[in-house]
Amino acid sequence: MAKIIDKPASGDTLDVERIRADFPILTRRVGDKPLVYLDSAATSQKPQQVIDAESDFYAHHNANAHRGIHMLGEEATELFEGARGKVARFLNAPSAESIVFTRGTTESMNLIAHGWGRKFLKAGDEILITEMEHHSNIVPWQLTAQQTGATLRYLPITDDGLLDLSQLESVLTERTKIFSVTGMSNALGTITPLPRLIEAAHAVGAVVAVDGAQLVPHLSVDVQALDLDFIVFSGHKMLGPTASGGLYGRREILDAMDPFIGGGEMILEVFPDYSTWKEVPYKFEGGTMNIAQEIGLGAAIDYLEAIGMDAVRAHEEEINAYALKRIGEAGATIYGPTDPDLRGGAVSFWYKDVHPHDLATIVNEEGVAIRAGHHCAQLVMRRYGVPATARASFYIYNTKDEVDVLISALERAEQVFAL
Amino acid sequence: MALDDIYKEVILDHYKNPRNKRELPNAELSCSKNNPLCGDDITVFIHEEGDTIADVAFQGQGCSISQSSASMMTEAVRGRSVEDAQALTKDFRDMMGGEHEPDEDEFGDLVALKGVVKYPIRIKCAVLAWDVLQEALQEGAGEAAGTAPHTV
Repeated sequence: MAKIIDKPASGDTLDVERIRADFPILTRRVGDKPLVYLDSAATSQKPQQVIDAESDFYAHHNANAHRGIHMLGEEATELFEGARGKVARFLNAPSAESIVFTRGTTESMNLIAHGWGRKFLKAGDEILITEMEHHSNIVPWQLTAQQTGATLRYLPITDDGLLDLSQLESVLTERTKIFSVTGMSNALGTITPLPRLIEAAHAVGAVVAVDGAQLVPHLSVDVQALDLDFIVFSGHKMLGPTASGGLYGRREILDAMDPFIGGGEMILEVFPDYSTWKEVPYKFEGGTMNIAQEIGLGAAIDYLEAIGMDAVRAHEEEINAYALKRIGEAGATIYGPTDPDLRGGAVSFWYKDVHPHDLATIVNEEGVAIRAGHHCAQLVMRRYGVPATARASFYIYNTKDEVDVLISALERAEQVFAL
Repeated sequence: MALDDIYKEVILDHYKNPRNKRELPNAELSCSKNNPLCGDDITVFIHEEGDTIADVAFQGQGCSISQSSASMMTEAVRGRSVEDAQALTKDFRDMMGGEHEPDEDEFGDLVALKGVVKYPIRIKCAVLAWDVLQEALQEGAGEAAGTAPHTV
Protein backbone atom coordinates (compact mmCIF):
# COMPACT_ATOMS: atom_id res chain seq x y z
CA MET A 1 0.00 0.00 0.00
CA ALA A 2 1.20 3.52 -0.75
CA LYS A 3 2.56 5.40 2.18
CA ILE A 4 1.61 9.04 2.23
CA ILE A 5 4.72 9.87 4.23
CA ASP A 6 7.81 8.28 2.78
CA LYS A 7 10.99 9.22 4.55
CA PRO A 8 13.05 10.89 1.85
CA ALA A 9 16.35 9.40 0.89
CA SER A 10 19.24 11.04 2.67
CA GLY A 11 21.01 13.64 0.60
CA ASP A 12 17.74 15.16 -0.57
CA THR A 13 18.32 18.66 0.69
CA LEU A 14 17.42 21.94 -0.78
CA ASP A 15 19.44 25.09 -1.03
CA VAL A 16 17.22 27.59 0.78
CA GLU A 17 19.33 30.62 -0.03
CA ARG A 18 19.21 29.82 -3.74
CA ILE A 19 15.47 29.26 -3.52
CA ARG A 20 14.93 32.54 -1.67
CA ALA A 21 16.72 34.42 -4.43
CA ASP A 22 13.97 33.30 -6.84
CA PHE A 23 11.23 34.99 -4.76
CA PRO A 24 11.36 38.77 -5.32
CA ILE A 25 8.84 39.48 -2.54
CA LEU A 26 11.19 38.05 0.08
CA THR A 27 13.42 41.11 -0.27
CA ARG A 28 10.57 43.37 0.87
CA ARG A 29 10.68 45.09 4.20
CA VAL A 30 7.88 45.65 6.69
CA GLY A 31 8.64 49.11 7.99
CA ASP A 32 12.34 48.83 8.78
CA LYS A 33 12.28 45.05 9.32
CA PRO A 34 12.88 42.31 6.76
CA LEU A 35 9.72 40.42 5.84
CA VAL A 36 9.40 37.05 7.57
CA TYR A 37 6.57 35.37 5.69
CA LEU A 38 5.03 32.60 7.80
CA ASP A 39 1.60 32.42 6.16
CA SER A 40 2.10 30.01 3.27
CA ALA A 41 -0.83 27.87 4.37
CA ALA A 42 -3.02 30.85 3.41
CA THR A 43 -1.15 31.47 0.16
CA SER A 44 2.41 30.78 -0.88
CA GLN A 45 4.73 33.33 -2.39
CA LYS A 46 5.62 33.04 -6.10
CA PRO A 47 9.02 32.53 -7.68
CA GLN A 48 10.09 34.74 -10.59
CA GLN A 49 9.70 31.71 -12.89
CA VAL A 50 5.95 31.63 -12.19
CA ILE A 51 5.56 35.39 -12.51
CA ASP A 52 7.44 35.23 -15.81
CA ALA A 53 5.36 32.35 -17.17
CA GLU A 54 2.13 34.23 -16.57
CA SER A 55 3.45 37.50 -17.91
CA ASP A 56 5.09 35.80 -20.92
CA PHE A 57 1.73 34.31 -21.83
CA TYR A 58 0.09 37.72 -21.89
CA ALA A 59 3.05 39.37 -23.63
CA HIS A 60 3.51 36.78 -26.38
CA HIS A 61 0.80 34.13 -26.64
CA ASN A 62 -2.46 35.56 -25.34
CA ALA A 63 -5.57 34.21 -27.05
CA ASN A 64 -8.53 32.16 -25.97
CA ALA A 65 -7.78 28.45 -25.70
CA HIS A 66 -9.69 25.84 -27.75
CA ARG A 67 -11.31 28.47 -29.95
CA GLY A 68 -8.88 30.27 -32.19
CA ILE A 69 -7.92 28.74 -35.50
CA HIS A 70 -5.19 31.37 -35.67
CA MET A 71 -1.63 30.91 -34.53
CA LEU A 72 -2.00 32.57 -31.12
CA GLY A 73 -5.07 30.48 -30.43
CA GLU A 74 -3.06 27.36 -31.11
CA GLU A 75 -0.21 28.52 -28.90
CA ALA A 76 -2.56 29.39 -26.05
CA THR A 77 -4.24 25.99 -26.34
CA GLU A 78 -0.90 24.22 -26.40
CA LEU A 79 0.37 26.06 -23.32
CA PHE A 80 -2.89 25.53 -21.42
CA GLU A 81 -3.02 21.83 -22.24
CA GLY A 82 0.69 21.59 -21.49
CA ALA A 83 -0.07 22.78 -17.97
CA ARG A 84 -2.74 20.09 -17.66
CA GLY A 85 -0.15 17.50 -18.64
CA LYS A 86 2.22 18.82 -15.98
CA VAL A 87 -0.45 18.55 -13.28
CA ALA A 88 -1.27 15.01 -14.41
CA ARG A 89 2.39 14.01 -14.25
CA PHE A 90 2.85 15.69 -10.86
CA LEU A 91 -0.01 13.67 -9.35
CA ASN A 92 0.83 10.54 -11.42
CA ALA A 93 -2.65 10.65 -12.94
CA PRO A 94 -3.22 8.00 -15.64
CA SER A 95 -4.14 10.66 -18.21
CA ALA A 96 -4.31 14.41 -18.64
CA GLU A 97 -8.07 14.08 -19.29
CA SER A 98 -8.58 13.13 -15.64
CA ILE A 99 -7.41 16.62 -14.57
CA VAL A 100 -10.14 19.30 -14.47
CA PHE A 101 -9.02 22.88 -14.10
CA THR A 102 -10.89 25.12 -11.66
CA ARG A 103 -10.14 28.23 -9.61
CA GLY A 104 -8.94 26.03 -6.76
CA THR A 105 -9.98 23.80 -3.90
CA THR A 106 -13.29 25.45 -3.06
CA GLU A 107 -14.56 25.42 -6.63
CA SER A 108 -13.31 21.85 -7.11
CA MET A 109 -15.12 20.56 -4.05
CA ASN A 110 -18.29 22.35 -5.13
CA LEU A 111 -17.91 20.74 -8.56
CA ILE A 112 -17.82 17.28 -6.96
CA ALA A 113 -20.64 17.99 -4.49
CA HIS A 114 -22.76 19.31 -7.35
CA GLY A 115 -21.78 17.19 -10.35
CA TRP A 116 -21.44 13.91 -8.47
CA GLY A 117 -23.36 14.48 -5.24
CA ARG A 118 -26.57 15.89 -6.65
CA LYS A 119 -26.67 13.26 -9.37
CA PHE A 120 -25.97 10.15 -7.31
CA LEU A 121 -27.10 10.85 -3.72
CA LYS A 122 -30.62 10.31 -2.39
CA ALA A 123 -32.44 10.18 0.93
CA GLY A 124 -31.00 7.46 3.15
CA ASP A 125 -27.49 7.85 1.72
CA GLU A 126 -24.75 9.25 3.91
CA ILE A 127 -21.96 11.70 3.21
CA LEU A 128 -19.04 11.30 5.60
CA ILE A 129 -16.67 14.16 6.36
CA THR A 130 -14.60 14.89 9.46
CA GLU A 131 -14.52 17.48 12.22
CA MET A 132 -11.12 18.55 10.93
CA GLU A 133 -12.36 19.96 7.63
CA HIS A 134 -11.95 23.42 6.17
CA HIS A 135 -15.29 25.08 5.44
CA SER A 136 -14.73 24.32 1.74
CA ASN A 137 -15.14 20.62 2.55
CA ILE A 138 -18.19 21.17 4.80
CA VAL A 139 -20.47 23.74 3.22
CA PRO A 140 -20.68 22.19 -0.30
CA TRP A 141 -21.78 18.92 1.34
CA GLN A 142 -24.32 20.66 3.55
CA LEU A 143 -25.85 22.18 0.43
CA THR A 144 -25.85 18.83 -1.36
CA ALA A 145 -27.35 17.07 1.67
CA GLN A 146 -30.15 19.65 1.77
CA GLN A 147 -30.84 19.17 -1.93
CA THR A 148 -30.74 15.37 -2.00
CA GLY A 149 -32.00 14.39 1.44
CA ALA A 150 -28.74 12.57 2.14
CA THR A 151 -27.37 12.73 5.70
CA LEU A 152 -24.10 14.44 6.56
CA ARG A 153 -22.02 12.60 9.15
CA TYR A 154 -18.74 13.44 10.85
CA LEU A 155 -15.72 11.44 11.91
CA PRO A 156 -14.66 13.06 15.19
CA ILE A 157 -11.16 14.18 16.14
CA THR A 158 -9.16 13.36 19.26
CA ASP A 159 -7.77 15.73 21.88
CA ASP A 160 -4.38 15.29 20.18
CA GLY A 161 -5.65 16.65 16.88
CA LEU A 162 -5.86 13.31 15.05
CA LEU A 163 -8.83 11.70 13.35
CA ASP A 164 -10.52 9.40 15.87
CA LEU A 165 -10.08 6.14 13.97
CA SER A 166 -11.75 4.20 16.79
CA GLN A 167 -15.00 5.80 15.55
CA LEU A 168 -14.40 5.02 11.87
CA GLU A 169 -16.43 1.81 11.78
CA SER A 170 -19.45 3.43 13.39
CA VAL A 171 -19.64 6.30 10.90
CA LEU A 172 -18.30 4.62 7.74
CA THR A 173 -20.95 2.08 6.76
CA GLU A 174 -22.59 0.66 3.65
CA ARG A 175 -24.86 3.73 3.75
CA THR A 176 -21.79 5.94 3.19
CA LYS A 177 -21.69 6.87 -0.48
CA ILE A 178 -18.83 9.36 -0.31
CA PHE A 179 -16.09 10.01 2.22
CA SER A 180 -14.58 13.47 1.75
CA VAL A 181 -11.57 14.07 3.95
CA THR A 182 -8.62 16.41 4.22
CA GLY A 183 -5.15 15.07 3.50
CA MET A 184 -3.54 17.70 5.73
CA SER A 185 -5.41 20.00 8.09
CA ASN A 186 -4.91 23.73 7.54
CA ALA A 187 -5.91 24.45 11.14
CA LEU A 188 -4.00 21.71 12.99
CA GLY A 189 -1.32 20.63 10.54
CA THR A 190 -2.39 17.01 10.92
CA ILE A 191 -1.52 14.63 8.10
CA THR A 192 -4.36 12.11 7.90
CA PRO A 193 -3.72 8.38 7.30
CA LEU A 194 -5.06 8.43 3.73
CA PRO A 195 -4.10 4.88 2.67
CA ARG A 196 -6.03 3.39 5.59
CA LEU A 197 -9.00 5.74 5.15
CA ILE A 198 -9.23 5.09 1.41
CA GLU A 199 -9.04 1.33 1.86
CA ALA A 200 -11.76 1.41 4.53
CA ALA A 201 -14.01 3.62 2.39
CA HIS A 202 -13.59 1.47 -0.71
CA ALA A 203 -14.35 -1.63 1.37
CA VAL A 204 -17.88 -0.28 1.98
CA GLY A 205 -18.23 0.90 -1.62
CA ALA A 206 -17.84 4.61 -0.91
CA VAL A 207 -16.19 7.08 -3.26
CA VAL A 208 -13.27 8.98 -1.68
CA ALA A 209 -12.58 12.69 -2.22
CA VAL A 210 -9.49 14.23 -0.65
CA ASP A 211 -9.08 17.91 0.13
CA GLY A 212 -5.49 18.30 -1.01
CA ALA A 213 -5.21 22.07 -0.54
CA GLN A 214 -2.47 21.67 2.08
CA LEU A 215 -1.26 18.20 1.08
CA VAL A 216 -0.43 18.62 -2.60
CA PRO A 217 1.95 21.59 -2.11
CA HIS A 218 3.98 19.79 0.54
CA LEU A 219 4.03 16.04 -0.07
CA SER A 220 4.40 13.82 -3.08
CA VAL A 221 0.93 12.52 -4.02
CA ASP A 222 0.43 9.53 -6.34
CA VAL A 223 -3.27 9.22 -7.15
CA GLN A 224 -2.86 5.74 -8.63
CA ALA A 225 -0.83 4.30 -5.75
CA LEU A 226 -3.35 5.77 -3.31
CA ASP A 227 -6.25 4.44 -5.42
CA LEU A 228 -7.91 7.86 -5.12
CA ASP A 229 -11.26 8.74 -6.67
CA PHE A 230 -10.89 12.52 -6.33
CA ILE A 231 -8.30 14.94 -5.03
CA VAL A 232 -8.77 18.71 -5.16
CA PHE A 233 -6.08 21.36 -4.83
CA SER A 234 -5.26 25.08 -5.14
CA GLY A 235 -2.42 26.36 -7.29
CA HIS A 236 -1.86 29.47 -5.21
CA LYS A 237 -0.74 27.44 -2.19
CA MET A 238 1.93 25.67 -4.26
CA LEU A 239 3.79 28.63 -5.75
CA GLY A 240 1.22 29.15 -8.51
CA PRO A 241 -1.05 32.12 -9.28
CA THR A 242 -4.31 32.75 -7.47
CA ALA A 243 -7.34 31.24 -9.24
CA SER A 244 -5.29 28.32 -10.53
CA GLY A 245 -5.79 24.72 -9.50
CA GLY A 246 -8.22 21.94 -10.12
CA LEU A 247 -8.99 18.35 -9.35
CA TYR A 248 -8.08 14.84 -10.31
CA GLY A 249 -11.01 12.50 -10.82
CA ARG A 250 -11.17 8.83 -11.71
CA ARG A 251 -12.11 8.79 -15.39
CA GLU A 252 -15.21 6.60 -15.17
CA ILE A 253 -16.57 8.71 -12.32
CA LEU A 254 -15.93 11.96 -14.19
CA ASP A 255 -17.66 10.46 -17.24
CA ALA A 256 -20.76 9.59 -15.21
CA MET A 257 -21.04 13.03 -13.54
CA ASP A 258 -23.19 15.99 -14.50
CA PRO A 259 -21.53 19.24 -15.55
CA PHE A 260 -21.17 21.99 -12.95
CA ILE A 261 -20.86 25.27 -14.83
CA GLY A 262 -22.99 25.43 -17.94
CA GLY A 263 -22.10 27.69 -20.83
CA GLY A 264 -19.75 28.19 -23.72
CA GLU A 265 -17.02 25.71 -24.56
CA MET A 266 -18.37 22.84 -22.42
CA ILE A 267 -21.05 21.83 -24.92
CA LEU A 268 -21.03 19.63 -27.98
CA GLU A 269 -24.39 20.77 -29.37
CA VAL A 270 -27.09 23.09 -28.09
CA PHE A 271 -30.77 22.66 -28.94
CA PRO A 272 -33.71 24.72 -27.69
CA ASP A 273 -34.52 22.37 -24.82
CA TYR A 274 -31.31 20.44 -24.18
CA SER A 275 -27.62 20.28 -24.89
CA THR A 276 -24.96 17.64 -25.12
CA TRP A 277 -21.61 17.82 -23.39
CA LYS A 278 -18.04 17.55 -24.48
CA GLU A 279 -15.87 14.74 -23.20
CA VAL A 280 -14.12 15.13 -19.85
CA PRO A 281 -12.45 17.28 -18.75
CA TYR A 282 -14.01 19.89 -21.04
CA LYS A 283 -17.60 19.27 -19.97
CA PHE A 284 -16.59 20.77 -16.60
CA GLU A 285 -14.80 23.80 -18.05
CA GLY A 286 -17.55 26.19 -19.10
CA GLY A 287 -16.64 29.71 -20.16
CA THR A 288 -13.20 31.16 -20.76
CA MET A 289 -10.85 29.47 -18.37
CA ASN A 290 -8.08 30.82 -16.13
CA ILE A 291 -5.61 30.18 -18.93
CA ALA A 292 -2.68 32.35 -17.80
CA GLN A 293 -3.05 31.16 -14.21
CA GLU A 294 -2.97 27.46 -15.07
CA ILE A 295 0.07 28.09 -17.27
CA GLY A 296 1.63 29.75 -14.22
CA LEU A 297 0.73 26.68 -12.19
CA GLY A 298 2.55 24.57 -14.76
CA ALA A 299 5.66 26.68 -14.12
CA ALA A 300 5.17 26.24 -10.35
CA ILE A 301 5.08 22.47 -10.82
CA ASP A 302 8.25 22.63 -12.92
CA TYR A 303 9.85 24.53 -10.03
CA LEU A 304 8.73 22.04 -7.37
CA GLU A 305 9.78 19.07 -9.50
CA ALA A 306 13.23 20.56 -10.03
CA ILE A 307 13.64 20.71 -6.26
CA GLY A 308 11.99 17.35 -5.74
CA MET A 309 9.03 16.80 -3.44
CA ASP A 310 11.10 14.57 -1.18
CA ALA A 311 13.50 17.44 -0.57
CA VAL A 312 10.52 19.77 0.01
CA ARG A 313 9.19 17.43 2.69
CA ALA A 314 12.60 16.88 4.28
CA HIS A 315 13.14 20.64 4.58
CA GLU A 316 9.70 21.21 6.04
CA GLU A 317 10.05 18.40 8.55
CA GLU A 318 13.20 20.04 9.80
CA ILE A 319 11.61 23.49 10.05
CA ASN A 320 8.43 22.07 11.60
CA ALA A 321 10.32 20.17 14.25
CA TYR A 322 12.35 23.25 15.11
CA ALA A 323 9.29 25.54 15.14
CA LEU A 324 7.23 23.15 17.28
CA LYS A 325 10.06 22.95 19.78
CA ARG A 326 10.71 26.69 19.92
CA ILE A 327 7.05 27.78 19.97
CA GLY A 328 6.28 25.19 22.65
CA GLU A 329 9.28 26.20 24.76
CA ALA A 330 8.24 29.85 24.45
CA GLY A 331 5.15 28.95 26.47
CA ALA A 332 2.50 28.67 23.75
CA THR A 333 -0.26 26.07 23.70
CA ILE A 334 0.02 24.17 20.41
CA TYR A 335 -3.08 22.65 18.79
CA GLY A 336 -2.63 19.51 16.73
CA PRO A 337 -0.13 16.67 16.90
CA THR A 338 3.28 17.43 18.39
CA ASP A 339 5.05 14.69 16.42
CA PRO A 340 6.56 16.37 13.32
CA ASP A 341 6.15 13.08 11.43
CA LEU A 342 2.37 13.41 11.70
CA ARG A 343 2.02 16.98 10.58
CA GLY A 344 2.66 19.44 7.84
CA GLY A 345 4.02 22.93 8.14
CA ALA A 346 1.11 24.74 9.79
CA VAL A 347 1.50 25.30 13.52
CA SER A 348 -1.60 26.61 15.31
CA PHE A 349 -1.05 28.02 18.76
CA TRP A 350 -2.19 30.36 21.52
CA TYR A 351 0.60 32.36 23.12
CA LYS A 352 0.16 32.99 26.84
CA ASP A 353 -2.67 35.50 27.43
CA VAL A 354 -2.23 37.33 24.15
CA HIS A 355 -5.23 37.04 21.85
CA PRO A 356 -4.21 35.82 18.35
CA HIS A 357 -5.29 39.10 16.71
CA ASP A 358 -3.24 41.15 19.08
CA LEU A 359 -0.37 38.75 18.55
CA ALA A 360 -0.58 39.03 14.75
CA THR A 361 -0.55 42.84 14.96
CA ILE A 362 2.41 42.92 17.34
CA VAL A 363 4.56 40.39 15.46
CA ASN A 364 3.81 42.27 12.24
CA GLU A 365 5.67 45.20 13.78
CA GLU A 366 8.69 42.87 13.83
CA GLY A 367 8.15 42.03 10.14
CA VAL A 368 6.56 38.66 10.83
CA ALA A 369 3.43 37.67 8.87
CA ILE A 370 1.31 35.06 10.65
CA ARG A 371 -2.38 34.25 10.39
CA ALA A 372 -4.81 34.82 13.22
CA GLY A 373 -8.40 33.66 13.18
CA HIS A 374 -10.48 30.55 12.83
CA HIS A 375 -8.73 29.48 9.60
CA CYS A 376 -12.08 28.66 7.97
CA ALA A 377 -12.32 25.73 10.39
CA GLN A 378 -14.85 26.81 13.00
CA LEU A 379 -15.65 23.19 13.90
CA VAL A 380 -12.01 22.65 14.85
CA MET A 381 -11.95 25.85 16.91
CA ARG A 382 -15.11 24.81 18.76
CA ARG A 383 -13.71 21.32 19.34
CA TYR A 384 -10.78 22.82 21.23
CA GLY A 385 -12.80 25.60 22.86
CA VAL A 386 -10.93 28.52 21.31
CA PRO A 387 -12.42 31.34 19.23
CA ALA A 388 -9.27 31.64 17.14
CA THR A 389 -5.63 30.63 17.04
CA ALA A 390 -2.42 32.15 15.76
CA ARG A 391 -0.89 30.11 12.94
CA ALA A 392 2.64 30.09 11.61
CA SER A 393 3.08 28.09 8.42
CA PHE A 394 6.23 27.22 6.52
CA TYR A 395 7.34 26.41 3.01
CA ILE A 396 10.47 25.82 0.97
CA TYR A 397 11.78 29.37 1.41
CA ASN A 398 11.55 29.52 5.22
CA THR A 399 14.57 29.17 7.49
CA LYS A 400 15.23 28.37 11.12
CA ASP A 401 16.47 31.95 11.51
CA GLU A 402 12.96 33.10 10.61
CA VAL A 403 11.55 30.87 13.34
CA ASP A 404 13.93 32.63 15.73
CA VAL A 405 12.59 36.01 14.59
CA LEU A 406 9.07 34.76 15.33
CA ILE A 407 10.11 33.70 18.82
CA SER A 408 11.66 37.12 19.52
CA ALA A 409 8.47 38.72 18.23
CA LEU A 410 6.43 36.55 20.62
CA GLU A 411 8.58 37.76 23.46
CA ARG A 412 7.96 41.32 22.33
CA ALA A 413 4.21 40.63 22.46
CA GLU A 414 4.53 39.39 25.99
CA GLN A 415 6.36 42.59 26.97
CA VAL A 416 3.63 44.73 25.42
CA PHE A 417 0.93 42.80 27.25
CA ALA A 418 2.76 42.86 30.56
CA LEU A 419 2.21 46.63 30.74
CA MET B 1 7.02 53.31 18.80
CA ALA B 2 3.88 53.00 16.71
CA LEU B 3 2.78 49.83 18.42
CA ASP B 4 2.52 51.53 21.75
CA ASP B 5 -0.09 53.81 20.25
CA ILE B 6 -2.55 50.98 20.13
CA TYR B 7 -1.40 48.94 23.07
CA LYS B 8 -1.61 51.80 25.48
CA GLU B 9 -1.90 51.11 29.15
CA VAL B 10 -5.51 52.21 29.15
CA ILE B 11 -6.48 49.66 26.47
CA LEU B 12 -4.76 46.81 28.27
CA ASP B 13 -6.30 47.90 31.54
CA HIS B 14 -9.81 47.70 30.07
CA TYR B 15 -8.89 44.37 28.43
CA LYS B 16 -7.56 42.80 31.60
CA ASN B 17 -10.09 44.41 33.95
CA PRO B 18 -13.18 44.93 31.80
CA ARG B 19 -15.84 47.26 33.22
CA ASN B 20 -19.47 46.17 33.21
CA LYS B 21 -18.72 42.73 31.80
CA ARG B 22 -21.76 40.92 33.09
CA GLU B 23 -25.31 40.09 32.19
CA LEU B 24 -27.98 42.61 32.97
CA PRO B 25 -31.10 40.85 34.31
CA ASN B 26 -33.28 43.94 34.00
CA ALA B 27 -32.20 44.75 30.44
CA GLU B 28 -35.01 45.64 28.08
CA LEU B 29 -32.68 45.61 25.09
CA SER B 30 -29.90 43.33 24.02
CA CYS B 31 -28.11 42.47 20.83
CA SER B 32 -25.28 40.13 19.82
CA LYS B 33 -22.90 40.29 16.91
CA ASN B 34 -19.73 38.55 15.90
CA ASN B 35 -16.96 39.41 13.53
CA PRO B 36 -16.89 36.50 11.06
CA LEU B 37 -13.31 37.36 10.14
CA CYS B 38 -11.97 36.55 13.58
CA GLY B 39 -14.74 35.04 15.69
CA ASP B 40 -14.85 37.88 18.20
CA ASP B 41 -18.31 38.22 19.69
CA ILE B 42 -20.03 40.81 21.82
CA THR B 43 -23.46 41.01 23.43
CA VAL B 44 -24.65 44.35 24.77
CA PHE B 45 -27.40 44.66 27.40
CA ILE B 46 -29.22 47.93 28.00
CA HIS B 47 -31.60 48.95 30.78
CA GLU B 48 -33.50 52.09 29.94
CA GLU B 49 -35.29 54.46 32.25
CA GLY B 50 -37.37 56.73 30.08
CA ASP B 51 -35.08 57.98 27.39
CA THR B 52 -31.94 57.42 29.43
CA ILE B 53 -29.52 54.50 29.30
CA ALA B 54 -29.67 53.81 33.03
CA ASP B 55 -27.40 50.77 32.86
CA VAL B 56 -25.39 49.03 30.18
CA ALA B 57 -23.24 45.92 30.27
CA PHE B 58 -21.59 43.50 27.85
CA GLN B 59 -20.50 39.91 27.49
CA GLY B 60 -18.19 38.42 24.90
CA GLN B 61 -14.77 37.31 23.92
CA GLY B 62 -12.11 38.55 21.59
CA CYS B 63 -8.96 40.54 21.18
CA SER B 64 -7.83 43.39 23.40
CA ILE B 65 -9.12 45.99 20.95
CA SER B 66 -12.67 44.63 20.69
CA GLN B 67 -13.03 43.87 24.38
CA SER B 68 -11.49 47.11 25.66
CA SER B 69 -13.62 49.11 23.25
CA ALA B 70 -16.74 47.37 24.63
CA SER B 71 -15.65 48.07 28.18
CA MET B 72 -14.99 51.75 27.47
CA MET B 73 -18.23 52.00 25.54
CA THR B 74 -20.29 50.88 28.53
CA GLU B 75 -18.64 53.55 30.68
CA ALA B 76 -19.06 56.21 28.03
CA VAL B 77 -22.78 55.74 27.33
CA ARG B 78 -24.13 54.97 30.79
CA GLY B 79 -26.36 57.81 31.93
CA ARG B 80 -26.61 59.35 28.48
CA SER B 81 -29.86 59.81 26.62
CA VAL B 82 -30.39 57.45 23.69
CA GLU B 83 -29.97 60.35 21.30
CA ASP B 84 -26.75 61.39 22.98
CA ALA B 85 -25.40 57.83 22.88
CA GLN B 86 -26.17 57.63 19.18
CA ALA B 87 -24.34 60.89 18.61
CA LEU B 88 -21.33 59.54 20.49
CA THR B 89 -21.48 56.34 18.41
CA LYS B 90 -21.33 58.45 15.28
CA ASP B 91 -18.39 60.45 16.61
CA PHE B 92 -16.58 57.28 17.61
CA ARG B 93 -17.13 55.73 14.17
CA ASP B 94 -15.94 58.93 12.54
CA MET B 95 -12.82 58.91 14.73
CA MET B 96 -12.11 55.36 13.60
CA GLY B 97 -12.66 56.49 10.01
CA GLY B 98 -10.10 59.24 10.58
CA GLU B 99 -12.79 61.90 10.14
CA HIS B 100 -13.27 63.11 13.68
CA GLU B 101 -10.80 64.64 16.05
CA PRO B 102 -11.92 63.40 19.45
CA ASP B 103 -12.55 65.78 22.29
CA GLU B 104 -10.84 64.38 25.37
CA ASP B 105 -13.65 65.57 27.64
CA GLU B 106 -16.27 63.82 25.59
CA PHE B 107 -14.24 60.71 24.79
CA GLY B 108 -12.32 60.02 27.99
CA ASP B 109 -10.52 56.66 27.77
CA LEU B 110 -11.90 56.11 24.27
CA VAL B 111 -9.24 58.45 22.91
CA ALA B 112 -6.80 55.60 23.45
CA LEU B 113 -8.41 53.69 20.57
CA LYS B 114 -7.52 56.43 18.09
CA GLY B 115 -4.19 54.73 17.42
CA VAL B 116 -6.04 51.76 15.91
CA VAL B 117 -6.83 53.92 12.86
CA LYS B 118 -3.32 53.15 11.64
CA TYR B 119 -4.16 49.43 11.55
CA PRO B 120 -7.09 49.31 9.10
CA ILE B 121 -7.79 45.60 9.57
CA ARG B 122 -8.23 46.13 13.31
CA ILE B 123 -10.73 49.00 13.02
CA LYS B 124 -13.55 46.45 12.82
CA CYS B 125 -12.42 45.11 16.20
CA ALA B 126 -12.75 48.55 17.75
CA VAL B 127 -16.12 49.29 16.16
CA LEU B 128 -17.81 45.93 16.88
CA ALA B 129 -19.20 46.88 20.32
CA TRP B 130 -20.56 50.12 18.91
CA ASP B 131 -22.30 48.32 16.08
CA VAL B 132 -23.97 46.08 18.65
CA LEU B 133 -24.97 49.09 20.77
CA GLN B 134 -26.47 50.87 17.80
CA GLU B 135 -28.44 47.83 16.70
CA ALA B 136 -29.79 47.30 20.22
CA LEU B 137 -30.87 50.95 20.41
CA GLN B 138 -32.44 50.80 16.96
CA GLU B 139 -34.39 47.74 17.96
CA GLY B 140 -35.57 49.66 21.00
CA ALA B 141 -36.69 52.47 18.73
CA GLY B 142 -38.31 49.92 16.42
CA GLU B 143 -40.32 48.57 19.33
CA ALA B 144 -41.52 52.07 20.16
CA ALA B 145 -42.54 52.53 16.53
CA GLY B 146 -44.39 49.23 16.54
CA THR B 147 -42.05 47.11 14.42
CA ALA B 148 -40.92 43.67 15.52
CA PRO B 149 -38.24 43.93 18.17
CA HIS B 150 -35.52 41.40 18.95
CA THR B 151 -35.22 42.06 22.60
CA VAL B 152 -34.76 39.91 25.69
